[in-house]
Amino acid sequence: MSENLKSAELNINDIYDEVSDWHVNAGGTKVVAKRMSGRFRRLKWFGMSVWLIFFIGPYLRWNGKQAVLFDIPNRQFHFFDITIFPQDIWMLSLTLLFFAILLAAVTSIAGRVFCGYFCFQTVWTDVFTFIETRIEGDTPQKAMKFKSAPASLSKISRITLKHSLWLAIALLTGLTFAAWFTDVFQLWHDFFTLQASLVAWIVLGMFTVGTYVFAGFMREQVCFWLCPYARLQGVMYDQDTVLPAYDAERGEPRGKLKKGAIDSSKGSCIDCKVCVAVCPTGIDIRKGQQEGCITCGMCIDACDSIMDKTNQPRGLIRYASYKDLHHNAPPAALYKRPRVLIYSFILMVAFSGVGYGFATLSTTEFQVIHNRQPVFVQLSDGSIQNRYTLKMLNKTNENIQVSYTISGLEGATLHGIDESVIIEPGKVSPLQALVRIPDGKLQTELEHLTFTANVISNPDISVHYESIFMGPK
Amino acid sequence: MADNNKNPHECPDTGHEWDGIRELTNPPPRWWTIALYLSGLLVLVYFILYPSLPLVTGNTKGILGWTQIKEYKEDLAKIEEKRAPFEDRIAAMSAEEILEDDELLRYAVGSSKVLYGDNCAACHGVGGYPQPGSGYPILANDDWLYGGTIDKIIETLAKGRQGMMPAHANLLTEEEVDGLVDFVVNSANGEATDAQWKLYNEKGCVACHGADAKGIQQLGSANLADKVWRFSGEPDEIRHTILHGVNDANDPLTRVAVMPAWNEKLAVRLEAEEYGDDPEEYYDGTETERLTENEIKKLAIYVHQLGGGE
Repeated sequence: MSENLKSAELNINDIYDEVSDWHVNAGGTKVVAKRMSGRFRRLKWFGMSVWLIFFIGPYLRWNGKQAVLFDIPNRQFHFFDITIFPQDIWMLSLTLLFFAILLAAVTSIAGRVFCGYFCFQTVWTDVFTFIETRIEGDTPQKAMKFKSAPASLSKISRITLKHSLWLAIALLTGLTFAAWFTDVFQLWHDFFTLQASLVAWIVLGMFTVGTYVFAGFMREQVCFWLCPYARLQGVMYDQDTVLPAYDAERGEPRGKLKKGAIDSSKGSCIDCKVCVAVCPTGIDIRKGQQEGCITCGMCIDACDSIMDKTNQPRGLIRYASYKDLHHNAPPAALYKRPRVLIYSFILMVAFSGVGYGFATLSTTEFQVIHNRQPVFVQLSDGSIQNRYTLKMLNKTNENIQVSYTISGLEGATLHGIDESVIIEPGKVSPLQALVRIPDGKLQTELEHLTFTANVISNPDISVHYESIFMGPK
Repeated sequence: MADNNKNPHECPDTGHEWDGIRELTNPPPRWWTIALYLSGLLVLVYFILYPSLPLVTGNTKGILGWTQIKEYKEDLAKIEEKRAPFEDRIAAMSAEEILEDDELLRYAVGSSKVLYGDNCAACHGVGGYPQPGSGYPILANDDWLYGGTIDKIIETLAKGRQGMMPAHANLLTEEEVDGLVDFVVNSANGEATDAQWKLYNEKGCVACHGADAKGIQQLGSANLADKVWRFSGEPDEIRHTILHGVNDANDPLTRVAVMPAWNEKLAVRLEAEEYGDDPEEYYDGTETERLTENEIKKLAIYVHQLGGGE
């Protein structure tokens, strides 16, 4: 393109011609992709099966409770034995960072692996089209034939079956999603007795409609026009990134096979268009790398099968880097690629951060807030009093008994709170505390003191908080 | 969806052409057109359901009968419903019992923060600490003119307080006033001399401020023997208080210190109960109730925990 712009005189008709040459499918034609078996098909099923965790996960039990539960009303995240509170949410940011960079790293090495094998849009669409092609035929011609056939009991029942299966999957998806946020068995019970909460119904409704529409009707259009990652990942490629690519040098000029004989004046491509027929997004990989390619490798399987049949070596369409295709150079070693190194470094930082977070997950959270309205008062005997709010969060699973002491400020005494307090699991117990210091004992207008929350049953988890004490100038 | 023609070669044009650019007559996609008509329909539906058109006197009501104030009141009712169990318990329990109940105490303090801000903070300041020099009593310390027990605070809130110190400008000589100012300053540090004590007793101050100068809570007289100043500890300000008094109607320069009554009916009832009488006999029908009994109780608890409750 850029070369064209520089050399050729800009002609408006050229632009019109290019526009008409580039067929962009904006949903006008329905892509019915032929299904063929092969290496990448198997890989795709394997990648897709990762989503079984999504469906099975909520049913795992741990100590009589749901093993993984995002308990939003109580602001707790349960992960087997670990309970994570909003105070530890920074770990979530690192986890998100980890996966964002992982996406970038994988994309930089091997293209849109996520899009092709793991993305929910790809996976659900694949399952939905699997059902559809089984019922209505797996080529555009068969699908058209089915569509234009006169209405009959068989046709209607087949269409009904298709939509019922789609809706069943969509419903299960919605319900499963909701199940990560509330007890799954209770949720099933509530849905079937129509007693679920409004939020649960809304979530179910949104996910059911979303799944049904996105995977059933919009399909590749989501990747084309809705998904930001699809567009973003293009800029993460470089010349060493391996992608499903058509080897034009070997393939061109393409031409039909005549009487099964290989014409030596032509390239390897016999223009059978099977690579186009199997493409779930309906693109022609022979036109080069383009935004519609989700790098699922279906065209590789298709082309390989044709190469086998025509007794040519496999690999006319293969995973290859730009350097490989155009300079016959092997891709650079991973450790020599700056992107890979930088991504790996960030991945390691994020991973060790989360690891550190888990290793040092505290069982309590203690905070002391110095009351600023007023910062201090003078009592009748002349002593200075400061008021504090003590907030102790109990992150363990049982009640803890806590007593508070202060240290680090000579003459200061603690008043206004009970000898010890019981804090229930998962609860914060805010307490008002008063600290007094006799008249004349205070050296400067601002002193430091340390509050200690002593957990009586377990002295190991006693915690400190340094605060301030203020007095008159 | 496919009713628009993307290929410019096959698309009819209007015949207009500028520098080789033709104006095509490519219609917008059908879904877009449908969406446009649907949004028009939505407006129509909205006009029918909701108040929409201003008329000369008022406006159309809409068939849903929705109004902002109605929605607000419904929301408020929901909050009241959540609070009801707590409020019921607060009504049933004495303030002292509530102080012992952690959960109710938290509710009382939490829910009276706004009450305090609306009704009390204007004078007593946020956190019970008024502007220095404003002359309003500090609630966050342990000095109480009328007593700092929870019941006394309730009484103060219910019936209001108005102390009284006569102006002494015409009753004392200048030297006597000087002597008394010195006494008050020294007394706060426990350093008053015998001669000053003698003056304090002779001039009748003792009658209200007590033999130990610590004030008498039944009268609301100030404690002169501690470090907390009702008005100010500056000698000139002390002199002003002695000369012009507090709430002395005959002295225009007198200090004004009035705590309004927030629930006279409760005040009357408390008084009746103190004497073991039937409160019905005490009411004269004019008692005001600016705050409800529960609000008084919650505010008393709030004030009690500000730093000096007894």
